[in-house]
Amino acid sequence: MSILIVIEESNGAVHRMSREAVVAGQALGRDFDLPVSAVLLGHDTSDLCQSLDSTQLHEILQADHPLLGSYSSDGFSRALAQVIESESPRYVIAGHTYMVRDFFPRVSAKLNIPFLADNIAYRVEGGALTLTKQILAAKLVADVAPAGDGPCIISFQSAAFQEEDVAEGSEATARQVSISLEDGSIRTTSEEPFQEAASAVDLSSAEVIVSVGRGIGKEENLPLAQELAAAMGAELAASRPVVDSGWLEGYHQIGSSGQTVAPKLYFALGISGAIQHVVGMKGSKNIVLINKDPDAPLFELADYGVVGDLLEIVPKLKKALQA
Amino acid sequence: MKIAVLVKQVPGGDSPLRISDDQLWVIEDNVNFITNESDAYAVEEALQLREKSGEGEVVAVSFGPERTQRTIREALSKGADRGIHIEDSYPYSSDPLKIATALSEALKEEQFDLILSGLQSDDYGFGQVGVLLGETLGMTTATLVMSTELSDGSLKVKRELESGWFQWVSLSLPASISIQSGINTPRYPSLKGIMGAKKKEIKSVAPDSATAAAQAISRVYIPQKTKKTEMIEGTADQQVKRLAEVLKKEIRVV
Ligand SMILES: Cc1cc2nc3c(=O)[nH]c(=O)nc-3n(C[C@H](O)[C@H](O)[C@H](O)COP(=O)(O)OP(=O)(O)OC[C@H]3O[C@@H](n4cnc5c(N)ncnc54)[C@H](O)[C@@H]3O)c2cc1C
Ligand SMILES: Nc1ncnc2c1ncn2[C@@H]1O[C@H](COP(=O)(O)O)[C@@H](O)[C@H]1O
Repeated sequence: MSILIVIEESNGAVHRMSREAVVAGQALGRDFDLPVSAVLLGHDTSDLCQSLDSTQLHEILQADHPLLGSYSSDGFSRALAQVIESESPRYVIAGHTYMVRDFFPRVSAKLNIPFLADNIAYRVEGGALTLTKQILAAKLVADVAPAGDGPCIISFQSAAFQEEDVAEGSEATARQVSISLEDGSIRTTSEEPFQEAASAVDLSSAEVIVSVGRGIGKEENLPLAQELAAAMGAELAASRPVVDSGWLEGYHQIGSSGQTVAPKLYFALGISGAIQHVVGMKGSKNIVLINKDPDAPLFELADYGVVGDLLEIVPKLKKALQA
Repeated sequence: MKIAVLVKQVPGGDSPLRISDDQLWVIEDNVNFITNESDAYAVEEALQLREKSGEGEVVAVSFGPERTQRTIREALSKGADRGIHIEDSYPYSSDPLKIATALSEALKEEQFDLILSGLQSDDYGFGQVGVLLGETLGMTTATLVMSTELSDGSLKVKRELESGWFQWVSLSLPASISIQSGINTPRYPSLKGIMGAKKKEIKSVAPDSATAAAQAISRVYIPQKTKKTEMIEGTADQQVKRLAEVLKKEIRVV
């Protein structure tokens, strides 16, 4: 039995969240006294394998196949299921990336083993593993446990572990694991990734950002935020629902599917603080939030918080700043 | 084209959330239940696909307690043709594999060409039921779908990747795809739609209770606060005065 960390490639390097997953896997390895190995799914993964050289790992498994040269849910789910069957790991660990979301559930269904997704922490009590995840838009958290003691698949949310904490060690042994994929087993074809029209504003270099969430209520209220931004010399940003509703262009969106920013001030108006938003702005030097709900999770991250109605406070604040 | 759309009923964002005595869920008394956000986009996408192809059927499917019927009814009032309700006596099943198994038992005879689901439920957020179901039924799958094109029995979807990147993927049918919010503009039900929905069929199915849970929530609680946030108290005017001072003198951005 072992702990197996699934490593994802991103721009030729190990994905940041895979490095965080390595930290999680290494910690679980210490707690359960199990060897910790990594698995690379792909074709010609020797470069990626080398970049794990100094990472403390028992083995690096290369599940190599020409049909895994580019990502497909069909190919990757079959390959990982085969690796789990041949290696019988106790826990399979990964970061909760968009790719993991896409194919891990298939592995769970193929092998009839649980996929405990998107956790923020774990603990071990009496030899049993309990995971913690956010539920109901991060307003509550839940302890979750796998039933039985067969293999189980676990993903961790971004920043649940710190990539700086990866334990270094001497060279791990690389080992090929054979994968069998018949022709025709991949029923999809993927085109090259692309970006939509480049952003008109570079939010990543903005000093001050006023960011609007669903709490703005309706499109007609947007000028309130625009005027406040103008009064502060700030750029305007938004959470996803504001963009989804068509009130602002996509390039204003902050978060996991939008831009990542780290301004001197991130002034959030009516944003709740979902993780997919938070990953895009948590590096901000100062965070101020106006929200009518005192339990909004973003208050936890804010340096200054105002519980109140933004429709009332924002116009007054604009006046006060102009005075 | 025979399309199923999965709709889950979840507590609305504004609902007060008080933890139930068994510490496994919330007290439902004052909770306002709504259709899961990404599922509302999935319903719209299903209706548009049917309208574009000019034929076929959209079936709204939900697994949950009796109140779930309202969510199915909402999809019917927007234009879905019929509903399937898998009635769960336990109102908060927390095992996605078990939910997917119940759904697949109820749907396998139907032979859908396409299953649309939301990307993630706003209550438990497993992010997997639609994909589990697709795999169980031997379908192709794609998640984070932001656009769909259907032509000559093949499906092309635009998938969202991380950090603002996208990718087009072609899938053979039958397929199960998970819809990301923002893909379209969901319609409101018309008065005629609401009236018409009353006559549409919702088939009730009992779940196969034999499957054991593969994972379970053991406790629900309020997250601990760790950061010291300065909460600016007082009347709106007092709050504004202090806020202006903070921006000018402490953070110094104005
Ligand atoms: C795969 C995936 C990717 C995603 N990517 C992103 C992303 O890149 N960026 C992103 O932002 N989200 C993203 N999301 C969505 C994310 O999960 C949340 O749904 C979203 O961030 C919520 O936006 P919000 O805080 O504006 O809205 P809500 O969560 O609805 O919060 C609105 C807030 O406004 C408050 N409010 C309401 N009225 C007022 C008022 N009058 N005055 C003051 N406060 C008020 C409410 O109390 C509430 O806290 C993604 C989700 C998924 C599953
Ligand atoms: N009980 C349910 N009934 C109907 N559809 C569901 C149910 N649970 C999940 N789904 C569908 O699967 C999607 C993903 O849910 P989840 O895996 O819980 O994040 C949801 O957006 C729904 O479309």
